[in-house]
Amino acid sequence: MSTSRKMSRRRALGLAAAASTLPLVHMRTAGAAGKLSVGFWDHWVPQGNDVMRKQVQAWAAQNKVDVSLDFITSSGNKLLVTIAAEAQARAGHDLLTFFPTWEVQNHSRELESLDDVIASLESKYGKLDDFFRALAIADGHWRAVPAAWGSQYKGPCGRLDLFKQHCGIDLQAMYPAKPVHTALSDAWTYEGLFLKAAEASKKIGKPFGIGLGTTADSVDTAGSIFASFGAQFVDAKGNITLKSDNTRRALEFFKKFVPLLPPDVYSFDDATDNRMLIADQTTMIYNPPSAWAVALRDAPKVAEQCWTFPTPAGPAGRFMPMNVFQFGVWSFSRNKSAAKDLIVYLMQREQVQQRLNVTLGFDIPPFDSMLDFDVWEKAGPPPGTLYNYPVRPIHQMKRWITGMPAPPAIAVQIYNQALPCNLVAKVTQAGQSIEQAIAWAESELESYSG
Amino acid sequence: MADSTSLSLPATQAIPARRSGGGLKGVLRRRAIVGALMTAPLIALLGGLVAYPAVYAIYLSLLSRNMTHFVGFHNFILLLRRDTFHMVVFQSALFAVTAVIFKAVIGFTLAHLMHNVPSRRQRVFRGLLLLPWVIPLALSTLGWWWLFEPTSSALNWLLVRIGLPPQDWLGDPWTARFCMILVNTWWGEPFFMIMYLAALKSVPEQLFEAAAIDGASAWQKLRYVTLPMMRNIISLTMLFSLIVTFANFDIVRILTNGGPVNTTHIFATYAFQVGIQSGDIPLGAAVSLFMLPVLAISSFFVLRGISRRSQEAM
Repeated sequence: MSTSRKMSRRRALGLAAAASTLPLVHMRTAGAAGKLSVGFWDHWVPQGNDVMRKQVQAWAAQNKVDVSLDFITSSGNKLLVTIAAEAQARAGHDLLTFFPTWEVQNHSRELESLDDVIASLESKYGKLDDFFRALAIADGHWRAVPAAWGSQYKGPCGRLDLFKQHCGIDLQAMYPAKPVHTALSDAWTYEGLFLKAAEASKKIGKPFGIGLGTTADSVDTAGSIFASFGAQFVDAKGNITLKSDNTRRALEFFKKFVPLLPPDVYSFDDATDNRMLIADQTTMIYNPPSAWAVALRDAPKVAEQCWTFPTPAGPAGRFMPMNVFQFGVWSFSRNKSAAKDLIVYLMQREQVQQRLNVTLGFDIPPFDSMLDFDVWEKAGPPPGTLYNYPVRPIHQMKRWITGMPAPPAIAVQIYNQALPCNLVAKVTQAGQSIEQAIAWAESELESYSG
Repeated sequence: MADSTSLSLPATQAIPARRSGGGLKGVLRRRAIVGALMTAPLIALLGGLVAYPAVYAIYLSLLSRNMTHFVGFHNFILLLRRDTFHMVVFQSALFAVTAVIFKAVIGFTLAHLMHNVPSRRQRVFRGLLLLPWVIPLALSTLGWWWLFEPTSSALNWLLVRIGLPPQDWLGDPWTARFCMILVNTWWGEPFFMIMYLAALKSVPEQLFEAAAIDGASAWQKLRYVTLPMMRNIISLTMLFSLIVTFANFDIVRILTNGGPVNTTHIFATYAFQVGIQSGDIPLGAAVSLFMLPVLAISSFFVLRGISRRSQEAM
């Protein structure tokens, strides 16, 4: 008796039909945990998007989620437009990774509570600073998670050679690439060394590239300077507190400082200072390391002289302007559990470190326990250029966002309508007295209060 | 005379009267219905993209900041108390009126020059002069921004070459306003030129001949023949341009973003800053609605004038 079984036509057809349905089985299980649509900020450092994409795809494959990713540019306020449109339409992405600064408070009613996500992350990486709580907690619940994607400090980035040669300041001695506090750093104050360095820079035709325009970089810088003088626009209860000796002292400082800046300071946008640095037209700008990263490619001789370090101190302390991006899940999302799970995954130490290594340390993780990544020590040239980029305890510096500590509804208007810059311009460009300018700003603030 | 062989139908078999408009075919034969069906897509589009947003904007402007309750005209009163908003009104009016006048004058001049060019070569010049209007506005404004922006300004490079100091084109309020008007005029005058050229070609030659026989000078021909004949088209183009210029967004957004110190903000850009950037959509809607009464009143008077002149002409 023959033991072999011949392949009949019927059997062959049956096998072929079964084989053809295999992809369908695979597709069905690929999205078994549902779909998830995520909007990411389009990172300045080009390779950043690739590593994020790979991480998300790895998570999606592991969890059988069908993920679609969009990388959205911040140019032209596209991020704000996207958030506003999706909030109004109650449709769009499930998860957005770029709620900037005050937008979480603006849209807190449409955002899902993420208390469980925060609890999970804090149990592992430590408690988040009150600074982040003020931005992300609304109605007693965390409405967003501070992201290690796009959050950045906007402190000084100076030229080692020009500071040493013309300003008489050794930046590497003042802020070395190691955890030491130097006496020289105590002398780095707005009314002291900063003003002297600005004068020297103006004399050599390479003034500080600090703007007083309408865009975020200018507003962040001006706001941090006012804060360092103790000048407060509106307090936490919504009272207008602008009229004070601190504000007057800050404006007196600006009256001396602004003439040392480029004449077109009022028309600066967020890229003007970057262009000045790369074109070797400035001694110092206030910017995250994106300018240095682009200089690495386009102007290596400039890049190898760049040094990022803390802001000067004013009478009220040292304040570092920060731009915070936050993960938020819309309340109308159809896959909230997957969105939360993805946030937890992306905020794990391994994933954060992997992304930071590629983005050259641009993004700032919100947990202090993650400040031990070596990317900031290793980034260069020059070696140690970014060591002092993240806010470290030795810097004795506070994180700051323009508009603080006003209630969010007022703070967002102070920020987006560039009130600090306009206040300075009233004095330095429009020729108003300090009292007139303060009176004008107070009337603006009254209208912000509704 | 009735023929005994002729046919006659019995009364019971009379042919029933034919019903007019019976069935679908009958319905489709009625012009009014066909017309309505054909314009339905356009009406739906206008309704969805124009009427609905307008009505929704009015509704939004009457809400509180967090859009949870009605506040009546509170948003409008709030704006009227803001110094920045007063500047926005002034700047919008200055921008729109100045730019429209310049566009009309330059377009009118160019139309006359073109009218006198032999028709063979006119096509080339017409095409070249239409280019600013054809290029996407955001793109051309970006080009202008590169000319004005200090780190890369070709204009400043030229000025320095001829011994003049570089200008702060976009940092000084009045220079920035001038730049905005310049860019808008450069972009919009081809529209005026082409409309006026078409209107010039429709003015009967006999009128000019008659005026010449009567000894009229060029200026008198322009004043007593050309301008009266073109009055309606001039009114219409200026009205149309006023509406479009008032609502302009691209030029200000790209060139100055409303700066320096809010001195170039117009309604659309200020509405964007207040509504989208500052998260107060009802207030932003209120800003944009301020344009409505101004433009509605202008349109009423201009169209009434055109209508009266047309009736007098008949």
